[in-house]
Amino acid sequence: MTEPVIEVRGLTRTFGDLTAVAALDLTVEPRTIYGFLGPNGSGKTTTVRMLTGLLTPSAGQVRVLGHELPRDAERLKRSIGYMTQKFSLYDDLTVVENLRFVSAVYGLGRRAARQRIEVLLATYALGPLRDRRAGQMSGGQRQRLALAAATVHEPPLLFLDEPTSAVDPQNRRDFWERLFDLVDAGATILVSTHYMDEAERCHRLAILKDGRKCADGAPAALMAAMGAHVVEVEGSDLRALKAQLAALPEVVSAAQLGSRLRVLVHERIPDPVAWLRAQPLNPMPTHLESVHPSLEDVFVTSTGDARA
Amino acid sequence: MNGLLLSLRRILVILTKELTQLRRDRTTFGMVVMIPLIQLMLFGYAINTNVRDIPVALVDQSNTALSQVLAQTVEATQVVRFTARYAEVSEAQAAISAGQVRAALIIPSDVSQRVARSASVSPRLESPPATDEQTSRPVAQWLVDGSDTMIAAAIKGLRAMPLAELLRRPANRMTPTFEVALFFNPESRTAINIVPGLVAVILTMTMVMFTSAAIVRESERGNMEMLINTPVRPLELMLGKIIPYIGIGLVQTAIILLLGHLVFAVPLDGSLGALAVTTLAFIGASLALGLVLSTIATSQLQAMQMTVFILLPSILLSGFMFPYEGMPVPAQYIAEILPATHFMRTIRAVVLRGAGLHEVAFDTLWLVGFMLVGLVVASLRFKKRLD
Ligand SMILES: Nc1ncnc2c1ncn2[C@@H]1O[C@H](COP(=O)(O)OP(=O)(O)OP(=O)(O)O)[C@@H](O)[C@H]1O
Ligand SMILES: [Mg+2]
Repeated sequence: MTEPVIEVRGLTRTFGDLTAVAALDLTVEPRTIYGFLGPNGSGKTTTVRMLTGLLTPSAGQVRVLGHELPRDAERLKRSIGYMTQKFSLYDDLTVVENLRFVSAVYGLGRRAARQRIEVLLATYALGPLRDRRAGQMSGGQRQRLALAAATVHEPPLLFLDEPTSAVDPQNRRDFWERLFDLVDAGATILVSTHYMDEAERCHRLAILKDGRKCADGAPAALMAAMGAHVVEVEGSDLRALKAQLAALPEVVSAAQLGSRLRVLVHERIPDPVAWLRAQPLNPMPTHLESVHPSLEDVFVTSTGDARA
Repeated sequence: MNGLLLSLRRILVILTKELTQLRRDRTTFGMVVMIPLIQLMLFGYAINTNVRDIPVALVDQSNTALSQVLAQTVEATQVVRFTARYAEVSEAQAAISAGQVRAALIIPSDVSQRVARSASVSPRLESPPATDEQTSRPVAQWLVDGSDTMIAAAIKGLRAMPLAELLRRPANRMTPTFEVALFFNPESRTAINIVPGLVAVILTMTMVMFTSAAIVRESERGNMEMLINTPVRPLELMLGKIIPYIGIGLVQTAIILLLGHLVFAVPLDGSLGALAVTTLAFIGASLALGLVLSTIATSQLQAMQMTVFILLPSILLSGFMFPYEGMPVPAQYIAEILPATHFMRTIRAVVLRGAGLHEVAFDTLWLVGFMLVGLVVASLRFKKRLD
């Protein structure tokens, strides 16, 4: 087995009284896509910044690609690419100018840079936009440019902080195809997101909430070991039904999805459909059905975040 | 060796990027040319320490032919212009208080006797000898709004005005105590001194302003997080940021000096080499100062405020407005820290007095030293971290 690309023990970062990241343990294996799933303010960006050496941890050990951080941050820079959450290339430079800038800063020679840029323009479908200023591009186009710029020097490790927050589903799918291409070529990717469908594509996933890791594992394994059953409920007055269900201690959460309620029932109830039928509900549900858990269900159970 | 080459390439790409951004930023690009143009015209015409045509009032209590000739003689100096005439002294005083006139000339009713008496005593009327009460009485009196010392001094200068033609006598040849030969600016034109000084003031303003925003702007626009994640070194970043502005500074210097030469006939006596070296040293020092400010400021607004904080003493203490030697010693110490003070000396020496490089070597070296220290401080202060 090869050495992990990222190994983190007890990583903590505080800002004054606020603990943005609390005692995080993390192991990222090579050639995988590792996802950080978490709501706003859960510490995703803070963690990525510490792993790239931009922020000094308050406590904990960090080893990235064999470099001890924050001590060896400068030596790590050549081997990592970082796509920031907020677009950080130059709005007033064109696509090609931005790529040329980044490639020269990373020390690519003139000829090598020219070739590399042509490859990137083709890979990320930026050819027709090559002379467009970054500030005048659409969100999805900018995201592609940012990914191209982060991979100019072909880094073995990529950090992508919410890379698809401004991208439509079709483009998001294409974007992820490119990520799998990169992994195929030998890269390791750490990506943060708050989209469930995106998290589901990761090889491995950490669910963050308030700076803490609530769950960690492959998405399928997480869903299998969720610790709750999922029942879809149909009925006449769903709002009233939902309030009654949420009040039951065995119900982890109840959320409305259109004309149905998605109810998570604690795993100590062996037959949740029968158990729900037996509850004195008013009005009674018209239809009850046990379904497979989704990642969102995992998220809700592991964070204890019963979002309506 | 290879490392040095990589460094040079990174500096080059940063400065290319800065130039491209500058070219696309129309407002800033316009300022490069418009600031020196407008300031030169403004200061060159407006700042005039040779006071002329001060509006004053006349209170003629004698109303004789002599008093009229006296008033005309005074006006003929061109220092003052009678814009109001009053019968009473109190009216003139009110006009001074109201700011309508800056002074008032009171010609007493017995002006004829006074003139005659002093004429009998002294053949030279400009300074009546104070031998006794009678003869020491002046011919007339000035009431002056003394709050503006420049105007007060101009009117005080009229005290010893010769009155010879008042008596229709040939003017006496007077032997002055000192003979004064005015070097370098024989006609005492203010523009001669102002224009080279303006180079120092305008360069301080634009150079510090441009670079003080240089680093903060990257942070404010969010580019910094990308930049510090690359292998770029702080000193490379600093050099790449200031080199484009050296060219701009030279262009501005050329604009000011050439226009000053064409419009205000400011001589360009010194050697171009000495001028280029000392100007480059000053541009470097100002840019480095701006970079240091840029590592302290947390927003472009703050950077701008700090620029003003540097600019004001650079205008007031550097010798641009008032002679350095006349300032109190603590102010001189402060002035000595400002690059503008040193450059004010060197550029005036080179442009106006034709001084060579060796004559301005000390101040020029001081500027070079300032630039090096500034660059090191800015590079050390710049951290490739977000915390
Ligand atoms: N420089 C800072 N100073 C003070 N507090 C900070 C700083 N950076 C982050 N925080 C706080 O740390 C917490 C975690 O922030 P972080 O940006 O890591 O969250 P995130 O998971 O990336 O959120 P989002 O999905 O909104 O990007 C937040 O409560 C935030 O307010
Ligand atoms: Mg974030």
